[in-house]
Amino acid sequence: MEFSNLQSLYRQVIMDHYKNPRNKGIDKNNTEYHTVHLKNPTCGDDVTVAVKISNGVVEDIRHEGIGCSICCSSASVMSETLIEKSVEEANILTNNFYEIVKGEAPNEDLDMGDAISYAGVASFPARIKCATIPWKAFETAVLEINSQK
Amino acid sequence: MSSLQTVRDDFKILNETMNGKPLVYLDSSATSLKPNSVVEAIEFYNTKKTANVHRGVYKLGNEATELYEGSRHTVAKFINAKSSNEIVFTKGCTEALNLVAMSLGHSIIEEGDEIITSELEHHSSFLPWQWIANHQKAKLVFVPLTEDGRITVENFKSVLSERTKVVALTYVSNVMGYITPIKEIIKLAHSVGALVSVDAAQASPHIKIDVQNLDCDFLSFTGHKMLGPTGIGVLYGKYSLLEKMEPISFGGEMIDLVDLNGSTFKNPPYKFEAGTPVIGSAIGLKAAIDYINKIGFDAIQKHEIELREYAIDLLSKIEGVNIYNTVSDVGIINFNIEDVHPHDMASVYDNHGVCVRAGHHCTQLFMKWLKAPATLRASIYIYNTKEDIDALVAATISGKDIFLHGIF
Ligand SMILES: Cc1ncc(COP(=O)(O)O)c(C=O)c1O
Repeated sequence: MEFSNLQSLYRQVIMDHYKNPRNKGIDKNNTEYHTVHLKNPTCGDDVTVAVKISNGVVEDIRHEGIGCSICCSSASVMSETLIEKSVEEANILTNNFYEIVKGEAPNEDLDMGDAISYAGVASFPARIKCATIPWKAFETAVLEINSQK
Repeated sequence: MSSLQTVRDDFKILNETMNGKPLVYLDSSATSLKPNSVVEAIEFYNTKKTANVHRGVYKLGNEATELYEGSRHTVAKFINAKSSNEIVFTKGCTEALNLVAMSLGHSIIEEGDEIITSELEHHSSFLPWQWIANHQKAKLVFVPLTEDGRITVENFKSVLSERTKVVALTYVSNVMGYITPIKEIIKLAHSVGALVSVDAAQASPHIKIDVQNLDCDFLSFTGHKMLGPTGIGVLYGKYSLLEKMEPISFGGEMIDLVDLNGSTFKNPPYKFEAGTPVIGSAIGLKAAIDYINKIGFDAIQKHEIELREYAIDLLSKIEGVNIYNTVSDVGIINFNIEDVHPHDMASVYDNHGVCVRAGHHCTQLFMKWLKAPATLRASIYIYNTKEDIDALVAATISGKDIFLHGIF
């Protein structure tokens, strides 16, 4: 069966992450995490991502926020995909994710996990931002952590 | 609806498709479609009458100027202004609303003064005054809205005081489609000596505006929401006020005498129109007004209300559809689907060829008031049909199936 555009956008994996988000909930008092809050003012997507890095490895990512299914699920998928990766690798995966949502062929050598399911976003350019916000928040967190050192 | 059956032929874009589906355009409150006559008027200027205005001594320059000034005259008549000199061309409603605040704000607002506005405002209506209030240490006062989100005369009275210097309110809400009882409000505001700036961006496409009857001091609107092109807006101001106001933009066309030690400026409206204007768009706006006049506001309103009721009737039968304004005064329907984010729904509409707006509609204050981060808005205009509404309804049902039941 051929997927319609909508079916490729709202893949089951995506809806599953939306309904059962992994790594959700941030403990604001835990100082081991660096927190970044990003918003998409045009649609109200509002995501906070908390990142814990030690010895160059992403030890943990937590997230919370409100938004559409693409944005919220993407936060969950991002956390699953990037936890336990080296910071360097996490950045490469993040950039590969941006390529995927733009409709570019993914780098097959990379372990994208469920993030590979976001290729359908490319047919809905207005939604690319929804998908990328949590990843941008992660990127920002890494930058801020590095600049604090 | 019968009387408007042929208008669709005048809008070429309605032959287009979106995502392989016939185009269903239900986002006219964001910007309306443009009839062929408007497109042709702009083309006429660009292919037959191109010249700058108020400059060329040659014939073509004069003809271009006449077209441009002819548009000003048409606008003046459209809103029943006393004179064309009360019509300032701007690049849109936003610029017009800002012009009033930036030119007047610093001279008439003092510490402790009050400016009345509302949570129903478009950002462009209240942000300039919020800015002025912050700079002048004045107070921005909000008219309490009724339970269904309306501005009423009673509630306006409750915040009006001797300290009120300016009232900045919308004529028609771009989210709820409510018509503000602006005439009574203006009368009350004048009784304490306050000036009133009316945001008529959503009024000019739908209802007859009569600035003399309203007695408003300023009234702003934009061409692209009323069948005209983008890039052209209108500030109406009472001449006596425009005369006293300072220009906020300086350059060519607005000057009288320029000297090393200082310069003098033209009379209104020209002192507010620095630089080369958007000539083609101004000419297109005239064609848009001619088109609206030909149809008439009675027919426009009848058509919109008929379709709006048809839509509300069908949408409210769908379980989980929450309509925020079942009694709006124009063809604006503001709604949400329970447990489905408006942005997710918007992609379903997109896929069905249906253009609706999803977001905060440049009214974040009102979204807070509604306690909704975002909503869906379908807005109806003269070219819409029952079939368009049927497509909206079908897409709504399909979206519910997808997000609530996983059925594609
Ligand atoms: C009520 C209202 N006021 C002002 C504006 C601003 O108009 P423009 O963007 O053309 O300047 C809009 C348009 O979105 C509006 O709906």
